Amino acid sequence: MKILVAVKRVVDFNVKVRVKSDNSGVETANLKMSMNPFDEIAVEEAIKLKEAGSATEIVAVSMGPAVCQETLRSAMAMGADRAILVQTEVELQPLAVAKLLHAILKKENPQLVILGKQAIDDDSNQTGQMLAALANLPQGTFASKVKLSGDGVEVTREIDGGLETVALKLPAIITTDLRLNTPRYVTLPNIMKAKKKPLETMTPESLGVDVKPRLKTLKVQEPPKRKPGAKVADVKELVAKLRSEAKVI
Amino acid sequence: MAALVIAEHDNRLIRSGTLNAVSAATKLGGEVHVLVAGHQCGAAAAAAKQIGGVAKVRVADAPQYKDGLAESLAALVVSIAKEYTHILTPATTFGKNFLPRVAALLDVAQISDVVAVENPDTFVRPIYAGNAMATVQSSDRIKVITVRTTAFDAAAASGGSATVEPVAPAADAAQSKMLGQELTKSERPELAGAKIVVSGGRGVGSAENFKLVGQLADKMGAALGASRAAVDAGFAPNDYQVGQTGKIVAPDLYVAVGISGAIQHLAGMKDSRVIVAINKDADAPIFQVADYGLVADLFQAVPELISELDKK
Amino acid sequence: MTREAMEFDVVIVGGGPAGLSAAIRLKQIASEAERDISVCLIEKGSEIGAHIISGAVMDPRALTELLPSWKEDGAPLKIPVTEDRFLFLSEKGSFRVPNFLLPPVFQNHGNYVVSLSNVCRWLGQQAEALGVEVYAGFAGQEVLYDENGAVKGVATSDMGVGKDGKPTEAYQPGVELLAKYTLFAEGCRGHLGRQLETRFKLHDGTEPQVYGIGIKELWEIAPEKHRPGLVMHTAGWPLPSDTYGGSFLYHFENNLVAIGLVVGLGYSNPYLSPFEEFQRYKKHPEIRQFLEGGRRVGYGARAITAGGLQALPKLVFPGGGLVGDDAGFLNAARIKGSHAAIKSGMLAAEAVAQALAQGRRRDQLEAYPKGFQTSWLREELYRARNFKPWMSGNLWFGSFMFGIDQMLLRGKAPWTLHLKPDHTKLKKASECEPISYPKPDGVLTFDRLSSVFLSNTNHEENQPSHLTLKDPTVPIRVNLDLYAAPETRYCPAAVYEIVRDAAGKNPRLQINAQNCVHCKTCDIKDPTQNIVWVAPQGGEGPVYVNM
Repeated sequence: MKILVAVKRVVDFNVKVRVKSDNSGVETANLKMSMNPFDEIAVEEAIKLKEAGSATEIVAVSMGPAVCQETLRSAMAMGADRAILVQTEVELQPLAVAKLLHAILKKENPQLVILGKQAIDDDSNQTGQMLAALANLPQGTFASKVKLSGDGVEVTREIDGGLETVALKLPAIITTDLRLNTPRYVTLPNIMKAKKKPLETMTPESLGVDVKPRLKTLKVQEPPKRKPGAKVADVKELVAKLRSEAKVI
Repeated sequence: MAALVIAEHDNRLIRSGTLNAVSAATKLGGEVHVLVAGHQCGAAAAAAKQIGGVAKVRVADAPQYKDGLAESLAALVVSIAKEYTHILTPATTFGKNFLPRVAALLDVAQISDVVAVENPDTFVRPIYAGNAMATVQSSDRIKVITVRTTAFDAAAASGGSATVEPVAPAADAAQSKMLGQELTKSERPELAGAKIVVSGGRGVGSAENFKLVGQLADKMGAALGASRAAVDAGFAPNDYQVGQTGKIVAPDLYVAVGISGAIQHLAGMKDSRVIVAINKDADAPIFQVADYGLVADLFQAVPELISELDKK
Repeated sequence: MTREAMEFDVVIVGGGPAGLSAAIRLKQIASEAERDISVCLIEKGSEIGAHIISGAVMDPRALTELLPSWKEDGAPLKIPVTEDRFLFLSEKGSFRVPNFLLPPVFQNHGNYVVSLSNVCRWLGQQAEALGVEVYAGFAGQEVLYDENGAVKGVATSDMGVGKDGKPTEAYQPGVELLAKYTLFAEGCRGHLGRQLETRFKLHDGTEPQVYGIGIKELWEIAPEKHRPGLVMHTAGWPLPSDTYGGSFLYHFENNLVAIGLVVGLGYSNPYLSPFEEFQRYKKHPEIRQFLEGGRRVGYGARAITAGGLQALPKLVFPGGGLVGDDAGFLNAARIKGSHAAIKSGMLAAEAVAQALAQGRRRDQLEAYPKGFQTSWLREELYRARNFKPWMSGNLWFGSFMFGIDQMLLRGKAPWTLHLKPDHTKLKKASECEPISYPKPDGVLTFDRLSSVFLSNTNHEENQPSHLTLKDPTVPIRVNLDLYAAPETRYCPAAVYEIVRDAAGKNPRLQINAQNCVHCKTCDIKDPTQNIVWVAPQGGEGPVYVNM
């Protein structure tokens, strides 16, 4: 079984971002970039399935400028077998990414596609679901457990207030949640080996996909600062205000 | 111009996030319709009819809609989508699961987690975990939107008088199947997704004293959290941790007990709708973000609070 | 699990200016001679540059020697120094030293205002392009010795070891990186460098090294106040005149201003807090005028070496050498070290390449110290040698004497002064006045935790603390009882806290290792040298941006 994993290069989760003073976006120059943490979980899950003998090949896909190769090398250092980069300088929005992935799906025919549930930069939480729709495949989003069974897969999903388990026919699309696994540390020898694994480059044009952005960002601002509220004199006043003013209890 | 809100429900009750989504929809200026897709969901449809500001409730009642599976629900929404300029649903795990499918099938973008409606095609949404707010404009004919529920007041749950109209089920490929749900059984809700969170900090003093914070949480039906200092000091287990290195929560009400409010903690709860702080140090940074601050010894204030909550 | 071993001609520990320059120089020589020299460089930061923090005004002399076409190749030295100001501060006032009276070491014409962390990112790219194998995210944890006692390489740290010291599910053993020669370029107070100094007695016959702690913030200021290339240094307030130190304020690109305070770690009052001194320094009228209306965007801290030439250890030992501030090449008088680091890396590389060409391995690289002796760097450090000793007495007298030293004698005075280790200089709390610092205002001044937040530091919590105590009773028995817990003040990252029980009794030292910004001050200043800094697992610690 072949598994495709999608990985995105994002500002490292430890790094605090800063809104540009002209409000045109977020300052990203010189920031450390890393693989989106949810995508790392996706790669790890694919490797686990391969180690368990359920999968035979893992193909990592990324999209964006040439430097996204680094992210693909990281995926291969973790254990992906080969990589595909869709190279473009255009800002890619989730719908465009889903269309590009769909085009790759048609070439690669994987049985399983695993993606992070969202990227920690745009926080869209859309690509996996959109890909599933375009490819007319079932989806198991926000997975905290994945179990292959025959020609299907059982996915335990994190939902508000608990968990639910769905059975999907293969091929299927899975998006990962935090508790699915803990990604492994990459080792130095594996980083060396990853340098020699195959990496194929494509373009949106070669895949015949229109990636024009659909949403226009008019401005990006700092979130409004919370203002200190009122001090209450005692517990009675606090409860009264929570009931009548804030209406939260 | 009309907006369609897809209701989140369990076939009997409408989940509260739906009311916030309706409220966001009314800001668009057109008529608001609500879709209730379920199985034997008459009670939920009747409840939807009561929601203030809703002109029409559309009901699709068929077995494939019983569990709100994304594949079936998306196909249904797409079958009536052309009638609307906007399609909205709460940005809960329910809404986030199926709505991007709708957007993709309509070949439009989705605008996720909207916190403000600027005008019918321009919206504000958080990016970078809420560390920046992006104002985005959509040129798509149909705007597909998930709504951050804490950002909009709930529409009135009663008093409305919508008409009700059935919708024919869409073709269904039965690609997925619900095997079961396991809602958290513990007395306390999970930190993520809880409506109320009560957290204790190092000021609580000991693991023994931390039980007091737990009692308050139970009284309020709240999830229990802790600051890193409290976790490091061994008052509470690691998975209670709220903050930069712990969980990020945004409940309707966050009660910080004996928490000084270091920025690392604030990073995990600053998007809560209402913040209450109880701390004996009047200079504690937590008061800079609290909507209601009580400068008091927590060992007096918390038991008092518990008994006050008993009174109606 | 056993450790895998890999062999290279040269292993370099640390990806700062010294290590990267050594790597680049090695590859240049190899390519000129049409030989292959395999070079592996490891860096504990999550990427090259992540742990690099400096003022910085950079003297391009060494860089031009190393990479003459740096300008065309896009090196991030873009802001030439346009104006030098040197001020003596009092609490409310200031006195500007006329430029003609400034010793040449304080003049910066021809230098550049840079982010050294960005310069290193660029050097890292140059090194990789030349074929250096650069591995960021891997900490050198252990020096490896061969059967003759020569250094044969280093082992990287194990990953995924739990708090209890036992492997977790994520455990991955480190690897052994073996080499004919190993260069240590860990920066000031490198934890392996220290072990080598002890083992090979590298400090025998030299003065002990002395240090300062530099605390830095990056501000984005109002465009109308920004003057790219303006370089300002101050001495005097807020530091007591018996404490060596001074501040810098550099106008960098994109409305950014780098501002920092260096405090000599030979200070005596345990109540002194370098962090709080820095915070109140920003309220001085000469400083706040630039910051008001701006926002703070970065924070970090790092110890620097200040001992100069007389504290420079022996540079080589069988199998390798120390380069950059792992040895201590910083010129404290010029508060510049990056050019010295680059030059020392080049000198070491040339010695290594020569030895390799001769078919040697794991012996003494005598050509490196010899090359240094005849270099401009040695000449520069010789002239500056009396700066720190003069300054560690009294600022006014020291400035006067260093002035004579530099202006009249051009650094060639017939005297050389002596140094004492910093940790021995702390007085007992009972002999000192507590210092009361103002509360942060949240506009110009801040608390430690919101500062550390901007360093982007992070450590996996489930791992053994990398701040180790030789004796766990000392923090209370000695540090708290005699010195009023100085680690809670000199640590710029709120790593150390004394916590007591609900009744205010039973004090204990809480070590918040996750906050650590790898400055190494605790390793230097702890009065009984009870705190030993070791590397946490790789890829952790601060992630400095434009610092």
